Amino acid sequence: MTAEPTTEKKPVEKETFLNVFLRNLWSSNSVTVTALSIFLAVVIGAVLIVVSDSAVLAKFSYFTARPGDALEASWALISAAYSDLLKGALGDPEAFSAWFSGTGRWQDALAPISETLTYAAPLVFTGLSVSLAFRGGLFNIGAQGQAVLGCIAAGLAGFTFGLPIVLNLVVALVAGVLGGVLWGFLPGLLKARTGAHEVITTIMLNYTAGLFLAWLVIQNGVQAPGRTDAISKAVASSAQLPSFGGVLRVHLGIVLAVIVTAGVAWLLNRSAFGFELRAVGANPHAAQTAGISVARTYTVLMAVAGGLAGLGGATQVLGTAYALTPSVAGNIGFDGLLVALLGRNRPWGTLMAALLFGALRAGGNRMQSYSGISLELVNVLQALIVIFIAAPALVKAIFRLRAARSAGFGVSPAKG
Amino acid sequence: MANNHIDITVEPGEVHALLGENGAGKSTLMNQLYGLLQPDEGEIVVNDEPKVFRSPRDAIAAGIGMVHQHFMLVPVFTVAENIALGAEETRGGPLGWLDRRRARRDVLETSKRFGLPVDPDALIEDLPVGAQQRVEIVKALTRDVDLLILDEPTAVLTPQETDELLAVMRSLTEMGKSIVFITHKLKEVKKIADRITVIRRGQVVGTATPDTSEDELAALMVGRAVSLEVDKSPAEPGSVVLQVAGLVVDDDRGVRAVDGVDLEVRAGEVLGIAGVQGNGQTELVEAVMGLREVRAGKVELDSEDLAGKSTKRILRAGVGYVPEDRSHDGVVKEFTVAENLILDLYDREPFGNAFRLDRAKIDGNAKHRVEQFDIRCQSPESTAGSLSGGNQQKVVIAREMSRPLRLFIASQPTRGVDVGSIEFIHRRIIRERDQGTAVLVVSSELDEVVGLADRIAVMYRGRILAIVSPDTPREEIGLLMAGITGAPAEEEGTK
Repeated sequence: MTAEPTTEKKPVEKETFLNVFLRNLWSSNSVTVTALSIFLAVVIGAVLIVVSDSAVLAKFSYFTARPGDALEASWALISAAYSDLLKGALGDPEAFSAWFSGTGRWQDALAPISETLTYAAPLVFTGLSVSLAFRGGLFNIGAQGQAVLGCIAAGLAGFTFGLPIVLNLVVALVAGVLGGVLWGFLPGLLKARTGAHEVITTIMLNYTAGLFLAWLVIQNGVQAPGRTDAISKAVASSAQLPSFGGVLRVHLGIVLAVIVTAGVAWLLNRSAFGFELRAVGANPHAAQTAGISVARTYTVLMAVAGGLAGLGGATQVLGTAYALTPSVAGNIGFDGLLVALLGRNRPWGTLMAALLFGALRAGGNRMQSYSGISLELVNVLQALIVIFIAAPALVKAIFRLRAARSAGFGVSPAKG
Repeated sequence: MANNHIDITVEPGEVHALLGENGAGKSTLMNQLYGLLQPDEGEIVVNDEPKVFRSPRDAIAAGIGMVHQHFMLVPVFTVAENIALGAEETRGGPLGWLDRRRARRDVLETSKRFGLPVDPDALIEDLPVGAQQRVEIVKALTRDVDLLILDEPTAVLTPQETDELLAVMRSLTEMGKSIVFITHKLKEVKKIADRITVIRRGQVVGTATPDTSEDELAALMVGRAVSLEVDKSPAEPGSVVLQVAGLVVDDDRGVRAVDGVDLEVRAGEVLGIAGVQGNGQTELVEAVMGLREVRAGKVELDSEDLAGKSTKRILRAGVGYVPEDRSHDGVVKEFTVAENLILDLYDREPFGNAFRLDRAKIDGNAKHRVEQFDIRCQSPESTAGSLSGGNQQKVVIAREMSRPLRLFIASQPTRGVDVGSIEFIHRRIIRERDQGTAVLVVSSELDEVVGLADRIAVMYRGRILAIVSPDTPREEIGLLMAGITGAPAEEEGTK
């Protein structure tokens, strides 16, 4: 039996910039996969837009006779929907030209971006919370509950203390962080001490937090006087995050989000704790052997992650909602999971992903009111992006990206 | 590129040894033969017929079977179930009942035909490693293969089990089967191979016959002359540094693994612990390092009690530790070489403090260590996972030797390490001894223990059976490793 498996050695030649660029583009680079995932989601979204419109769909019934009709109508619908999405997220060119020619207000031109940033701000914090925990090997499903606790603590502090300006805001923000820290520390401690899996405990704590909030807002002293529905007193204006007011809802929270992103990036890459958590996340056995306390790292990490999510909840109450309601935290904790995944667990990537999700949310509002496309399409787009990100092999197969070397057999070709 | 224009030919009924260092491309080559990887160029010819293997299924159909270095068995399945897996016989069509009785009968038949005793009803997880390997071989043989690829089969075996395996290989070739034997152990190659092909950096660098000397084979493998003997002067033992008395430790399942061990290691000497893997050596060392609870007894470093102290405290007290399982406990593969070199010093000056890291110092240290310990990597910023096993081990050793030590503990310091690096690591360990450090070496390679140690403690079932001098005859130590004390009476070996 003869075997002659060989690999050709390519002659070393000078590569042009374009060669290198194309090779990097088509290799299994994750940035490419992310961009292509978004593109794929948009394409499938377009199909859904057409399918969900009965008027356009009717034109497809005589597609073979006059295909132009159906295609034209589809294209009109899709382009209208997506241009509304873009206008709602980034701004309407008409509003800008009105502003520049003096016939419109600058506030109207900038309102879409303001909306995008407003929706993005809390997602940055919850996304960072999930990313950071993930780098330490923990799956923090509890960002939602931690954000709810952040809302509660920040809200209570915001209407209770009546401190002077600036100080009141700082105290309320710190309260929000501490609320989240508490809700992160508990599962961290349970994991470190008893080995209780953080996924289970954080899911349970999500329910606890949500139900606690629902109970709390209808208690005497919390509920707004004279109201019978579930809403708390309003946060004192001195405790609110400053914003431009009017249609520009964007508030200081987005600035805070950028600062905190930089802080988390520093923590991960330049701090001793970041080193510990990355070591524990990548190989807890080796970390333990090198003298790093895995239990302590888990506990501190969950507390820090909880604090981040709590801060996200606090910005939601102090910057946007100004009062507690049972749904004040919306879905920011769970969206944070998706944001972290899309941002590939890197701080700046998470920030970018949160901005994208914020833009989809803001644009979706306009798409719904102008083009009559259900806001749910935005959820579908978000979900599709995440599905494609989670299945890179699928994306690579669709675009015929150069296949990974070992074709998924888990064989390490490096070993002799 | 792992393989570059390799030609090999295997004749019926021969043992063809494929010799090469770690990372030389042996496994890559065999994975192509077994259909796990596809060659970019070149062809595979079986019995004069060119073949293309898209998957192991094609390879098996062409009569090629493989036993991987890491067994591909399901631990909670029985032997018969594992052997049937992938070629299950069913009654009543492809979706019918599993024919367990037939699977069992097939196993017994193959096992009898080739003289490989296996119990079809035993659970894999209950079997010793040697028996698991036998199951893998039986599994390949039930597929009616003519060529059996054994990838580093002896890496996990005791000396006795190795002899048994070599006997099995011999009898299989006598029945007309061909075997490709992948290894980097020279002694075994000389014992069993009919022909030897040496691979270095993905290329065939030579062929040899079994009467080629070990030194010549090693030189072919590494590309330069290497010394296989550990060169050392007599030890000058000083005061007792590590004292272990009456130590009792349990394993992960709560079963007593170390059962009353007493030993002491003096400054400037190497105490070697010989023993078949799984006789409590792992637990003993982990207990000393604070990684496992000390149930009873004492562990003292220069009369300071270590029992119950954290691993960090123990490391900081001047203990260097090379864990036995490098990829599991030694390095963080996702981290860079530079980061791995400070894995236990990241929060101390000069590399950082409790809050921040000093990247410049960390990088400077890495450059220095990479040079000093001859770590072959593209740059200190490469991930540890991209390095060969030997170089990963050098990273661990460089890290642990880069601070003043009183005690140096190395478990299996050269497991899965190529010949060239073994020589280097052994020299480093002896140098550490000569600087007055107390050294404890645990190894299941008897050659290594005998070469390095000034005294040898033989461990069996959680106890130290005897402490002997390295001049003791091998057979005597081998018998002690098998738990037989007293005068050696019978001849050992199967060949």
